[in-house]
Amino acid sequence: MTSLEMTQEDRTRKKYLGIIRRTRLTRNLTLIIPSIILALFVIMAIFANLSWLGLPHVGLAPHDPNLITMRDQYLPPAFVAGGKSTYLLGTDKLGRDILSRIIYGSRISLSISMLVIFITAFIGTVLGIIAGYAGGGVDGFIMRVTDVALSFPGLLLALLLSVAIGPGYWTVVFALSILGWASYARLIRGEAMRIRQSDFVAQARVSGASSVRIMLRHIFPNIINSLIVLMTLSVGMVILAEAVLSFIGVGVPPPTASWGSMVNDGRTDIDTAWWISAFPGICIGLVVLSGNFLGDWIRDKLDPRLRQL
Amino acid sequence: MSEIVVQVEDLHTSFFTRRGEVKAVDGVTFFVRQGETFGIVGESGCGKSVTGLSIMRLLPEPSGQIIAGKIIFEGVNLVELDRKKMRAYRGRMISMILQDPMTSLNPVYTIGDQIREPIRLHQALPENMIEPEIIESLRLLKIPTPETILGNYPFQLSGGMRQRVVGAIAMSCRPHLLIADEPTTALDATIQAQYLALFKDIQEKTNVAIIFITHDFGVIANMCHRVGVMYAGKIVETAPTREIFKAPRHPYTVALINSVPTLERKDERLFSIEGQPPSMLNLPPGCPFAPRCAFAKDTCRQQEPPEVKVGSDHTVSCWRVD
Repeated sequence: MTSLEMTQEDRTRKKYLGIIRRTRLTRNLTLIIPSIILALFVIMAIFANLSWLGLPHVGLAPHDPNLITMRDQYLPPAFVAGGKSTYLLGTDKLGRDILSRIIYGSRISLSISMLVIFITAFIGTVLGIIAGYAGGGVDGFIMRVTDVALSFPGLLLALLLSVAIGPGYWTVVFALSILGWASYARLIRGEAMRIRQSDFVAQARVSGASSVRIMLRHIFPNIINSLIVLMTLSVGMVILAEAVLSFIGVGVPPPTASWGSMVNDGRTDIDTAWWISAFPGICIGLVVLSGNFLGDWIRDKLDPRLRQL
Repeated sequence: MSEIVVQVEDLHTSFFTRRGEVKAVDGVTFFVRQGETFGIVGESGCGKSVTGLSIMRLLPEPSGQIIAGKIIFEGVNLVELDRKKMRAYRGRMISMILQDPMTSLNPVYTIGDQIREPIRLHQALPENMIEPEIIESLRLLKIPTPETILGNYPFQLSGGMRQRVVGAIAMSCRPHLLIADEPTTALDATIQAQYLALFKDIQEKTNVAIIFITHDFGVIANMCHRVGVMYAGKIVETAPTREIFKAPRHPYTVALINSVPTLERKDERLFSIEGQPPSMLNLPPGCPFAPRCAFAKDTCRQQEPPEVKVGSDHTVSCWRVD
């Protein structure tokens, strides 16, 4: 009888150990796969060519991304009937190699989105924590400015900016950053207000900690989770916003490739030449997804309650 | 008799709200000696916690302000100190234990890191000297195997253990005054008794002066050398604990003691004080307890009673005592 109970118990134990092992495995997969994808894109961006080593003709890109070859226009990808093996992912309406343009475009798209995300997250976090912690008039002022930033039409501002300082890489970064911080400030302010009320902040004050110390050491670490989630979610938004800006002519001017502008380029021919939009679109999707998965993983890792499993 | 650590003189603390001034603490005077526990007992909202926060100078600004009075701590008037100097006192000379152990610890730091904070803030110790200090603090609170919990996070500890860690943080710099604001309300009865015993033990070892804020006369009887009974922002009676139970003089004190359930009178209905404490927004003239007092006379409703000394350490504010 006892031996029967033992096996029952063993079976249950085995089952739960299995579940935990599987949980661990899937959690690590959400780290490994997105990391590899993002790393590949970053390597792609860095090694598009080696001009930064003084070797402009050596690199991953098989062609000059801006080389126009009119007799090769609208070629489908190599693995589709009618494709040429020299153009692995086909060509666009000017006969430019899609693959090379994607590789070069990753430089623009990735660097702009990283820059914008870090700038906006930094400004938004600083303002949000100050507003949430200080409260009162400071909070009122910062939040009214945030409301204005949130309600201001971003495209209009971007247009004005491009007229004022001319279109280009830094104009895009500036245009996306100047309003983008507001959503961070809103979120962080709410979190900071909640945490300011908590007893451990009172405890820190009782221990003699200064306001600056409380904001940095006690409020900020408790906010990181939400911050990272918002940052990873905005990867997609920023890449798409950059595409929109390219579309209305405020973005990085042609012929320089960016993923967003490539999707837009193919828009008119989507029924006959799907590959022009599809491949850069897939790249955007992969980066956004990887970002989200990685964000989830980091959030789980930072939460000590989930770290045990 | 040992030296006086803190002397609160005629302290007035008010909150300025949209509906007017709330005199949360309205002329409180008391002192605490070295190695002594002074209990402040009273109903919710009588100003016990605000008295504690006033000594720490941690009132929610700008609405809460100390209007008048002195808080003399070891010869220094804390009311006059600027923020920076006051910060040097907090955690170092004066410490406080807050009510809820579940939320008093920062969830993202380990226990070791959280005890390290006050030590780092106040003592210029080399890094390798801090760790023994932390373990020493945990030992003081009788935490078994302190070395092993240094790397733990708050959620991994039980409620009683967390409360001890909170105590270890408060005691980490060996303060001269410890303010405990209802530290046992969130704990169950057995843990509560253990925790109170721990306080006595700490006091014996470190000779710290303790201000114990509670609404529980049982805890007072167990813990305190002297008691101040607070009602509507005023201390209405101060006496040694033994005396307050044997010969309470103020009708409010009598009523409070009578409302504690005892094992002897099991067939009777539990005594309770009629009515509600007065609104702190507009206190009636005279004695604040008069509307609920069974012995109230006309004088009680018109004039505030003076503080009368009825024993060597016993004072009462009541017209009936003459």
